Amino acid sequence: MADITFNDIIKPENLTYKKSKLMTDNVMHYCPGCGHGTAHNVLAEVLEEENLQERTVGITPVGCSVLMYNYIDVDFQEAAHGRAPALATAVKRLMPDKFVFTYQGDGDLAAIGTAETIHTCNRGENILMIFINNGIYGMTGGQMAPTTLAGMKSSTSPYGRDVSKMGSPIKMANIVAMLPGTCYVTRQSVNTAGGVRKFKKALKKAVQYQNEKRGTCFIEVVSNCPSGWKMTPVESNKWMEENMFPFYPLGDIKVPAE
Amino acid sequence: MAKIKGAVVVDTEKCKGCEVCVVTCPSQTLALATEVNSKGYHYSYAANPETCTGCSNCAVVCPDGVITVYKIKIG
Repeated sequence: MADITFNDIIKPENLTYKKSKLMTDNVMHYCPGCGHGTAHNVLAEVLEEENLQERTVGITPVGCSVLMYNYIDVDFQEAAHGRAPALATAVKRLMPDKFVFTYQGDGDLAAIGTAETIHTCNRGENILMIFINNGIYGMTGGQMAPTTLAGMKSSTSPYGRDVSKMGSPIKMANIVAMLPGTCYVTRQSVNTAGGVRKFKKALKKAVQYQNEKRGTCFIEVVSNCPSGWKMTPVESNKWMEENMFPFYPLGDIKVPAE
Repeated sequence: MAKIKGAVVVDTEKCKGCEVCVVTCPSQTLALATEVNSKGYHYSYAANPETCTGCSNCAVVCPDGVITVYKIKIG
């Protein structure tokens, strides 16, 4: 048994996990430990396994993930800030056979694009919306976002978010779950291996519902922002588990009747 | 009893040293190197390759997809 060497194991037939073929070889510009990269990997895996590469159109947002089209090898359209669901509506209506998804952050989906988000979900467009919620405007320097927790420090709320002056954080997934147009609303995370696998299952379910044209699917991913929160990646994941998860509990919020 | 043995290959040049894989690894296989890659990151590497079970937890949480996992069944 002891004579099995490292080189005996590293053979193509023993391959267990490899990054998806749909991920390009470009080095991602994300900060070390950012949840965006993990979410991209999982999304690419699902698109590959469901054989969707040829008929997918992704809508990239404005935010950290603006350069997403460099990393996943499917067709993309770039939307104006917050307008990804509106553009996705147009793409889906003009090309109903395409699988259309939007990928947005919290500043994009929950602040400037709130109207588009809510009305797209209310109309029940057959698109998948992926919402990366890290409670902060990551790209522009860690400003307060609508999803910033009460008391959470950011560069524009240096003493913590004061709810009496700045309002309370918005739970977008719970809001869109109340609308009749959404068919599947869930909240996931990508900080642990278990979380990643659950997120992948949720994406597969969403793809199935999209194929059946059952309405808007909305997947919120509670993510970290090590640079914006001024923590190491491991600390930020721990902070997220202790502070974000109690306010944004993980799990399915709306599941269609079978 | 069948035994499973795994091996991880890290693309050290692309690794950003975020340490998420090190924390996730259930068998303490991975660690951050004291050396740095050309971008100045302390890359992750298999410090204890003999303990790896090939569970691929490290690879699925890696934000940059730099880890490839192999697994073999012995006996």
